[in-house]
Amino acid sequence: MATPKRSRRLIDGFAAFWAAPALIWQTAFFLAPLLVLISMSFWVVRNYRLTPDFVLKNWERMFTRDYFWAAYLHTFELALLVAVLASVIAFPASHYLAFKASPAARRWAMFLLITPFFTSYLVRAYSWKIILSTEGVLNVVFGWVGLGPFEMLNNTFGACVGYLTLCMPLVILIQLFALSNVNRDLIGAAHNLGCGPLKTTFTVTIPAARVGLILAATFAFILSFGDYVSPAYLGGGKPPTMSILIVDQTKSGNHWPRASVVAVTMVVTLITVLFTALFAAYGKPGGKK
Amino acid sequence: MTASRWQAAWTVAVFLFILAPIASIVVFSFNADRFPSLPWGGFSLTWYEAILTDDTVRAGFVRSLKVSAIVSVLATFIGFATAYTDYRFNFTGKMPYLALAALPPTVPVLILGLAMLSFFSMVNLVGTLRAIIIGHVVICAPFAMALIRMRLADMSPDIEPAAWNLGASRWRTIWSVTIPWCLPSIFAALAITAAVSFDEFMIAWFVSGLEETLPVRILALLQGQVSPRINAIGSIVFFISVTLAGLAQLLATRRDRQS
Repeated sequence: MATPKRSRRLIDGFAAFWAAPALIWQTAFFLAPLLVLISMSFWVVRNYRLTPDFVLKNWERMFTRDYFWAAYLHTFELALLVAVLASVIAFPASHYLAFKASPAARRWAMFLLITPFFTSYLVRAYSWKIILSTEGVLNVVFGWVGLGPFEMLNNTFGACVGYLTLCMPLVILIQLFALSNVNRDLIGAAHNLGCGPLKTTFTVTIPAARVGLILAATFAFILSFGDYVSPAYLGGGKPPTMSILIVDQTKSGNHWPRASVVAVTMVVTLITVLFTALFAAYGKPGGKK
Repeated sequence: MTASRWQAAWTVAVFLFILAPIASIVVFSFNADRFPSLPWGGFSLTWYEAILTDDTVRAGFVRSLKVSAIVSVLATFIGFATAYTDYRFNFTGKMPYLALAALPPTVPVLILGLAMLSFFSMVNLVGTLRAIIIGHVVICAPFAMALIRMRLADMSPDIEPAAWNLGASRWRTIWSVTIPWCLPSIFAALAITAAVSFDEFMIAWFVSGLEETLPVRILALLQGQVSPRINAIGSIVFFISVTLAGLAQLLATRRDRQS
């Protein structure tokens, strides 16, 4: 075909040269550490030293503790709440940008969404910590109109503000992408047949953009499920999330095997959620055209 | 029509929510008061002076620059190689290969941090800049790959064979045809990977030990008192990463106007 006339050897040095970097790097420094993480959950700590072993002690220890399951449930609920909140809050905006805004406005919006996605989540979370505090800007403004002060930090509200800061740009971007790909003729046809704008959105647009909308919510779930900054610094850390358990076990408890039990549980959960979502997005009969 | 108005207002509100913390951090970094809030305490550069003379901040800043410079070059090279492999070759196991190359950013950085901490402690790399660099390349390379792959998608698959038929070797073709074509996306990839690395704090926090990068320093400061000094550092970090991310987008979207 399009390759040069030279006879093809069994191993093509040229091809190997380009394929090798990612293969080597991600096997050595991505796959291997994850495998170490899994195997470490079976190791023991003897005399403050980590010793390779194969025991189920760490798993038993974590899985029989109430605080572990409380943390798991709490984290799962928070991530689910954020996935729903982010989707619902983002949708009118994505819909506006996809169908009503001018192309120039849409380009600006995308720039204003992509940039925060790549910049300083930590700094933005810190900023909310000041804005939401008792003496912060918001409470000062509320004070002017005789309201508050409201307690907006160290509770679920604070944590959610942080989570939404983290995932809102990505959720809008994916929704915008999904809505932009909806066939305009479908919407026009619905309107011609006398279907109102709201009804069209719910019966035509949303089903047509279903895959993207589900993916957006899934990414919101994944990002918030694994996040440490928002629950720790804005949510107050009580009750702890899975991420806080990991940091506590690693940084202060110095018990890496238990931390890795928590981490492996999280990875398994995320994979399950991802596949369930993909199944819901693509798998449903009747959804395929 | 009023429904449209409401929707526009909602959209503006959502963007305000996204941009408010950024505006607030920059504005209050110039506020003279000890607590960054209203009422306005007067314009001041005190907090910038304070961080310029802070050795831990300066050392962290230099480390972050070093790390992100090296990471961007390594990650972009790996990203180009992977994108080209996907573009040019078909082989058994291509799907798992691409999955391996693309998956790292989907694993929470906290978990990657813990995994790398345990892995690097076995090979005695914890507490070195090398550990941070290696970890950052893992999560940055996929972004570089995606950007360069999008650019390659716009290159006609016949161009390289044309160069081969004219007698150029495959290496020569890459150098004189493929890389020049990809150049905007290569620069975009350098910028975006530098931005991601410059901002990354979780992996760095786990594996850096005493070699704190700037975001890790910020994380440490966050655990203490609220201080406008964090606003000043945050504004600087923010300025750098916005510049890099903006540059990357400019370079990556230039394609639209060319073709």
